[in-house]
Amino acid sequence: MSKQWQPCAGQDVIQLRSDLLGKIRNFMNERQIMEVDTPALNLGSIPDSNIDSVSTSLSLLGSKQSFYLHTSPEAYMKRLLASGCDSIYQISKVYRDAEIGRLHQPEFSMLEWYRPEFDHHSLMDEVKALLSTLGLDNAERNSYENSFMHYLDVNPHTAPLSDLQSLAGNLGLHEESDDRSLLLEFLFSHSVSPNLGQDRPLFLYDYPECQAALARLSDTTPLTSERFELFIQGMEIANGYHELCDVNEQRERFENENRRRIQNGKAEIRIDEYFMNALQAGLPKCAGVAIGIERLLMVLSGKQHINDVMTFPIKND
Amino acid sequence: MANYSTNEFKNGLKMMIDGDPFSIVENDIVKPGKGQAFNRVKLRNLKNGRVIERTFKSGDSVEAADVMDLELQYLYSDGDMWHFMDTNSYEQYEADEKAMSESAQWLKGEEMCEVTLWNGAPLTVMPPNFVELQISESDPGVRGDTASGGTKPATLETGAVVKVPLFVEQGEIIKVDTRTAEYVSRVKD
Repeated sequence: MSKQWQPCAGQDVIQLRSDLLGKIRNFMNERQIMEVDTPALNLGSIPDSNIDSVSTSLSLLGSKQSFYLHTSPEAYMKRLLASGCDSIYQISKVYRDAEIGRLHQPEFSMLEWYRPEFDHHSLMDEVKALLSTLGLDNAERNSYENSFMHYLDVNPHTAPLSDLQSLAGNLGLHEESDDRSLLLEFLFSHSVSPNLGQDRPLFLYDYPECQAALARLSDTTPLTSERFELFIQGMEIANGYHELCDVNEQRERFENENRRRIQNGKAEIRIDEYFMNALQAGLPKCAGVAIGIERLLMVLSGKQHINDVMTFPIKND
Repeated sequence: MANYSTNEFKNGLKMMIDGDPFSIVENDIVKPGKGQAFNRVKLRNLKNGRVIERTFKSGDSVEAADVMDLELQYLYSDGDMWHFMDTNSYEQYEADEKAMSESAQWLKGEEMCEVTLWNGAPLTVMPPNFVELQISESDPGVRGDTASGGTKPATLETGAVVKVPLFVEQGEIIKVDTRTAEYVSRVKD
């Protein structure tokens, strides 16, 4: 077996990453968004039925303690916001178990930032401005509902379950399902998202309630949440929320995610109670977004595989 | 019955879909940042070769197909069935007309064939890539005949018909590529 010691990314892409990080930091400095640094290790995590944390155990003063490697710096950064920090950003390595492929690596870089007083639309404006500084101009936006109807001719929020089921069956979903969220995710990933952002970057906003994650539910548009994602060339690049600040609703959603995990035979995730305490104390109204640095580098370099923009990715060899 | 989980999916894995055995041709994982992951899979139906696309929720499992490939020697045909033998175990297998499909026309006996077994019975039979067969019938080539592209039909001892160059004569032994059903060369005794 050959053990290639050289980096996967070429010198040009290694330089491109350096340039990209420089441009991001300039952009944040100009807007007086402060860079912060929070730990990768956390006693608790953010339960998500579809994201698996990497856990590790440390010997501390004679006792063994189990930690998660963060899947995003969200919990720690929100603790900073609740403690009085204004606009903040972070570029960090994050970890997700069992994610490997053309667009996935278990360890990857994430740019995440938070803007008090912003909602999801004003944050989309700011992401659009950042994209322009990178030469990715004229980002447009559309609602999840409009895109879904454009490509599938069915309303994702109001269509009867049976319509979604028969459509999913026709498009090759193997097992029948009465899980609305799962059907929407199948239809979206199969027939909608591959088409998005082909000519220019596209923000999709107002995701279905069942996919709210950590976003607040919309007061103005029924059945939707104030969540957005950015797509370029069919690739999901960023995910943002007008953040949920209600501690009770947040706990309910976490418990729900943990129930789904157990149903799917996965281990329960310990809820980060420090984070819950921060929400209890009061998270200022804010919007936040996370951008995958490697995916952005793929767009900027024209590379088709995530390994080609990383120095030393994990490989199956 | 054995099952495969989606995280065991790889090219060549054989599984049951809607009662038929399939083999994975392509396996793509679609994983949104938040939300359900799927395996989008292209599968070839081992009975008829047709390729379909199916999407599985990651984490689901699928029934394994009891399919294996063996190198078997063709013995003879009794008119209904074609008989094969494993030359190591001497175990014999019978293939029906459907499993033989186009393959029967290349076999006269003793050839080693790749036989795919499903639930212990031959599902498909692949003849050797090249066979050497005698021409049992072919009209003499007409000199200067260019309208037929310089070839003429020849019937082989097994009944197969292939196009051969005009200079090839009845009674000669020729080498044929069974994948394309094309004449390769004359075989000198």
